[in-house]
Amino acid sequence: MPKKITIEPVTRVEGHGKVTIQIDDAGQVRESRLHIVEFRGFERFVQGRPYWEAPVLVQRLCGICPVSHHLAAAKALDVIVGAGTGLGLTPTGEKMRRLMHYGQFFQSHVLHFFHLASPDFLFGIDADPAIRNIIGVAMYHKDLAVQGVMMRKYGQEIIKYTAGKKIHGTGAIPGGINKNLSIEERDILLHGADPLNADKMVEWSVAALEFFKAYHKNNRTLVDTFAEFPSNHLSIVRADGAMDLYNGVLRAVDAEGNRILDDVDCQDYNKYIEEEVKSWSYMKFPYLKHIGKEKGWYRVGPLSRLNTCDFIPTPLAQKEFEEFKAYTNGKPNNMTLHYHWARLIETLHAAEEIRNLLKDPDLQKDDLVVKGEKVHRGVGVIEAPRGTLFHHYEINDDDQITLANLIVSTTNNNEPMNVAVNHTAKSFMNGQREITEGMMNAVEVAIRAYDPCLSCATHALGQMPLEMKLVDENNNLLDYKTK
Amino acid sequence: MTNKIKIKIDGKEIITEEGKTIVEAAKENGIFIPTLCNFAGTLPKGCCRMCTIKINNRFMTSCTTPAAHGMEVENNTKEINDFRKGIVELLFVSGNHFCPSCEKSGNCELQALAYRYQMMVPRFPYDFPMRSVDGSSPYIIKDQNRCILCKRCIKTIHDDQGRHYFAFKDRGHKLEVILDEKMGKEMSQAIAKKAMENCPVGSIIYKEVGFATPIGKRKYDHQPIGSEIEN
Repeated sequence: MPKKITIEPVTRVEGHGKVTIQIDDAGQVRESRLHIVEFRGFERFVQGRPYWEAPVLVQRLCGICPVSHHLAAAKALDVIVGAGTGLGLTPTGEKMRRLMHYGQFFQSHVLHFFHLASPDFLFGIDADPAIRNIIGVAMYHKDLAVQGVMMRKYGQEIIKYTAGKKIHGTGAIPGGINKNLSIEERDILLHGADPLNADKMVEWSVAALEFFKAYHKNNRTLVDTFAEFPSNHLSIVRADGAMDLYNGVLRAVDAEGNRILDDVDCQDYNKYIEEEVKSWSYMKFPYLKHIGKEKGWYRVGPLSRLNTCDFIPTPLAQKEFEEFKAYTNGKPNNMTLHYHWARLIETLHAAEEIRNLLKDPDLQKDDLVVKGEKVHRGVGVIEAPRGTLFHHYEINDDDQITLANLIVSTTNNNEPMNVAVNHTAKSFMNGQREITEGMMNAVEVAIRAYDPCLSCATHALGQMPLEMKLVDENNNLLDYKTK
Repeated sequence: MTNKIKIKIDGKEIITEEGKTIVEAAKENGIFIPTLCNFAGTLPKGCCRMCTIKINNRFMTSCTTPAAHGMEVENNTKEINDFRKGIVELLFVSGNHFCPSCEKSGNCELQALAYRYQMMVPRFPYDFPMRSVDGSSPYIIKDQNRCILCKRCIKTIHDDQGRHYFAFKDRGHKLEVILDEKMGKEMSQAIAKKAMENCPVGSIIYKEVGFATPIGKRKYDHQPIGSEIEN
């Protein structure tokens, strides 16, 4: 008898979503979907507002990565106020923003790895859910839990000193920044009491990578084959091909490493990227126009960034990057659970970058804002922790926003997450008579690897419990599980 | 020569001069009475009711009531503070005051009063009115969502010939303060800045400078409203 399984909501991700899995008479998974069930509409209600309000208003999309939205909007408005497309700011303006961004990156990646993902690695995908959570980590792996909490705290402190407060600050303004970093603030971050200092963060980032690599070594088959599928990858890279999370040009590669988009000015993003709407989800489906809907979808985020960039411009992360690339003989890495590996390499890169920036005397200078001739359209693209983030604004002669288009990182990963869900559902559920909690969590593990922020993706608000329904072809409920 | 008189506010005897209002007398003596529509140099109207006090068990507005010898005033009492908190709540629900994205946040008198009177959630239902935003002036934006109709801009912002830039339009629940279209377009930067400074909320904002003051350096980031007056 055909069945329909619903996992709602998915847990240990940011935001609210559900999964439905259709199983046919033969017990084979016929179709699966990740639905995003929230709607907010920031793009509409930002219309009419003064343009300089956007970085502060739109960041309210999210409490985890507001800095990414804050900076993407500010970058779009830099263009509007004539401050250029990313490299036109004063050294202090750009470096303060970079520090804010890398601090945000650091705390967000740490939050995901330690708080959300590590329970699956520490206890196993099918372990008792009562301990397979951050409380379980704190009880049985106290040192690791403390490390995660303190690393996140350090990232949040950076945000506080650059944006004014830890969540939803106001640091970035069109054309620059509203404060520099005082000597006292710099010294707190650079040489603060153990463990809250830059050296310790680099040391702990290396340790987190070693932890994952040891897990990988002992669970190679699982990590390498879990939801592994070929795809395109997209990110911004610096003009010379280096990883740059704050500014760059768009680059995409296919599953074999061929560049299918290269050196594209972010202002032209909508010449290359289009979004498809499907009736069953509030999250859109972006794809590369010139390749088409069927094959033009792509992945974003840590895995994709390591697939698109040529090198990482900090030494320790570069060394890890080389090891990462060698694992697939220089070809793009398409293994979903390797997102975690890539994420931890980026965490190390962020820690190194933070340490470098804190030693830069430009942060103490007073030349904060630059403006030029105003234009009516601006696009800001940034690498948010979860992937490439597009903010596009247009204004009228009265300085009010007339159009806003946001393509949020998780939105870019919509199709890949659906593919990953389908892949996992088939692997774990095909031919099974009973759906276990472990199988449900396996589907979530696939989604979780992308660190999706479903709130951001639909610009929505909510919490994320998990519910699963087993129904027959007439939609009669056969089984129900929730957690 | 002015006549010195004595009045009591919350049992504390203070000395002031005949002809001064209670709010002025209190301020001179380090006692805070909150105001919104009242503005130095203009005639008080008592329209916002924020400065409500009690004299002889009667509610009065302290910005319009002259101090009189022997007067006993109730100011900082549970009843009056709750009344004032109610006014703040009504102002919040009758407009669209979204502090998180408002550039006046931290410098806003209404927000500061909400903090002072510990407003958490208004006890009244939100009206969510449809309001417009006028950006036609080269230097300011008039945002009707945040206007509390205090009239400060109407009373204080005028040109050399005494012509007012702002005026009331319509009546009743449609009442709003509008910027004269022609004068708004000709407004100088100096006038525009003054208009923004005199607005107690974020209804009149000077263009393109929003959020330039970092968090931590705004007027009410460290001290609550009234602390500059209180002993």
